[in-house]
Amino acid sequence: MTIQATDAVLLDIHERMVRIRIFEEEAGKLMENGKVPGALHLYVGQEAVAAGVMAHLKDTDHITSTHRGHGHVVAKGGQFNEMYAELYGKAAGYCKGRGGSMHICNMEIGMLGANGIVGGGIPIAMGAAFSKKFRKTKEVAASFFGDGASNEGSFHEAANMAALYKLPLILVCENNGFGEYTRQDNHQAIVDVADRAAGYGMPGVVVDGMDAIAVFEAAGEAVARARNGEGPTLLECKTYRFYDHVGVRGMGLSYRTDEEVDAWKRRDPIKLLEEKLIEQGISTKRKISAVHKRVRDEAMAAIKFAEDSPLPDPDGLLEDVYYEKA
Amino acid sequence: MAEAQLKDDQAPRKLAYVNAITEGLHEVLKEQPEAFLAGEDVAGAGSVFGYTSGLLAEFGEHRVIDTPISEKGIMGLGVGAAATGCRPIIDLMFMDFLGECMDEVANQMAKMRYMFGGHARLPVTVLTMSGAGMSLAAQHSQSLEVWLTHLPGLKVVAPATPYDAKGLIISACRDDNPVFVLLNKLSLALQGEVPEGAYEVEIGKANVLREGKNLTLIAYSRMVHEAMQAADQLKEFGIDAEVIDLRSLSPLDTDTIVKSVKKTHRAVIVHEAVRFSGFGGELAAQIQELAFDYLDAPVGRVGAPFSPVPYSPSLEQSYMPNAKRIVAETRRLLGV
Ligand SMILES: Cc1ncc(C[n+]2csc(CCOP(=O)(O)OP(=O)(O)O)c2C)c(N)n1
Ligand SMILES: [Mg+2]
Repeated sequence: MTIQATDAVLLDIHERMVRIRIFEEEAGKLMENGKVPGALHLYVGQEAVAAGVMAHLKDTDHITSTHRGHGHVVAKGGQFNEMYAELYGKAAGYCKGRGGSMHICNMEIGMLGANGIVGGGIPIAMGAAFSKKFRKTKEVAASFFGDGASNEGSFHEAANMAALYKLPLILVCENNGFGEYTRQDNHQAIVDVADRAAGYGMPGVVVDGMDAIAVFEAAGEAVARARNGEGPTLLECKTYRFYDHVGVRGMGLSYRTDEEVDAWKRRDPIKLLEEKLIEQGISTKRKISAVHKRVRDEAMAAIKFAEDSPLPDPDGLLEDVYYEKA
Repeated sequence: MAEAQLKDDQAPRKLAYVNAITEGLHEVLKEQPEAFLAGEDVAGAGSVFGYTSGLLAEFGEHRVIDTPISEKGIMGLGVGAAATGCRPIIDLMFMDFLGECMDEVANQMAKMRYMFGGHARLPVTVLTMSGAGMSLAAQHSQSLEVWLTHLPGLKVVAPATPYDAKGLIISACRDDNPVFVLLNKLSLALQGEVPEGAYEVEIGKANVLREGKNLTLIAYSRMVHEAMQAADQLKEFGIDAEVIDLRSLSPLDTDTIVKSVKKTHRAVIVHEAVRFSGFGGELAAQIQELAFDYLDAPVGRVGAPFSPVPYSPSLEQSYMPNAKRIVAETRRLLGV
């Protein structure tokens, strides 16, 4: 049973994608201009995956993410002020400046963190799914991870347990063709990560990760299965990152050609969706540019907020290491 | 012009820490046909730190191998291959990823020879990157050396200089035991003298970098340089500090430490790792066991506070030990 996206849902998915794109474009500039410290792994190109899956999730559903996590936070409803403040390492950030890009989270909207450990989020999402079943809720958990992460033991152990216990879990593999600078055919002997589902006794589905509607429909089935107590699904979304592994231009290694990047950019997921929205009379060029402008303005204001807000007080370094009774 | 040329020729060659690592690996791959280098992005990309750059082109994909992101697998590859005739060099990109492969390290690699009654030999070297200072936060900045030094069967070295980085890598790879070479990411651009060709730095031998009369500063890895700066600043307070670079944590050169403390009567230990349960605890214990009667002050320890490594530059700066903290701790301890 496929859940069709209504016009309202399509506009909602579009909004989420534009929010991710603009957040990341501006974050990329901040990193390249040395405005924020550390390393940012940007999500540009993969927006359809986060938006298409997240459109099915409520704040009470939980997700785990990866080092490339900003897009998942934005799609789950994260606010720009707190997100940029975190990238700046400011006290007003989601993690009070302690976590930064690779640990950005928001427990209030069910976002259990980006993760600096490849594959690190998958068993945690499995645990969250266990909790949901244990507490007899109708909630689900989803874990986003890369093609590279599917080679970590954590993926395999969590997949097996999720299937064994029939947990309400959606394993979303964002296959962007690379783990860092290593091409998929140089890190695994399969083409479809979804094939691995069979080894654990769950459905494995391959979907075009540049097509937001296709992602939405496939994710809808997986989420419905999870909510109905039918167990986990491995959903593989074929996608591509438009920026380098870290930052925008990265270390300047030549591990992929400009032609390849350009070919994928011609299938820019936002452009594809916008063409559909216009073609089907759901939106207009003018309305779409208004969305872009509104979100851009919001991003610029949030960056200003982050820049102007104070750094954490170094004397508070030891706060939050342990839970202390109030 | 000719004179300048001559001077240039005579000046010892300087190399960055990152290039010294490459040279060490190069020498080993050249001299040991059974050696190979395996790790994530070490071949095509030349490692994310750049220190395996050029090795694929020179030695080919048979010897320089990109692996999947599978640390348990990679470490197991090292153990199994070492036990059966290879001399693997394993690259574990960040030391924090020990969490992914600790069983292979702690229960297999470290113990196999002993458990097998000496019937196995494991000539495997592991390179891994430690240290904070780049806002890489709690999972990419740790100094976890005590996870390794607590394991009988492993050797653990931590070069502070380009010279030691190259020499210790060569010694590690010529050793028939598992050796961990702990590198430091903030030191990658550090310049220093590095001779051409192969040479060894003895594993288990500390280096007295500076002689002094009334304090011994004991450090390793990047903290050596902070200790040297602190020693300069301490002159002003009438303290003439000796500085020891341990270079090797396991085995530990207790003799050099004890000899120094017997002369100076005071010791302060410096490491970047969390102070609580840190390697400094072991050093302080050894000093009081072996030189108690010579001590004129309690043994001091400078290390990171008991928290994960924070992201924000403001927090990370106050997290990391530095020369200023060493000076302050020394003055507090000695009452000067
Ligand atoms: C356990 C672990 N190993 C290695 C790394 C270094 N690393 C960071 S991102 C990355 C590539 C991940 O590839 P993939 O899972 O496909 O995600 P993508 O970056 O393509 O989004 C690697 C190897 C890490 N952070 N954690
Ligand atoms: Mg990938």
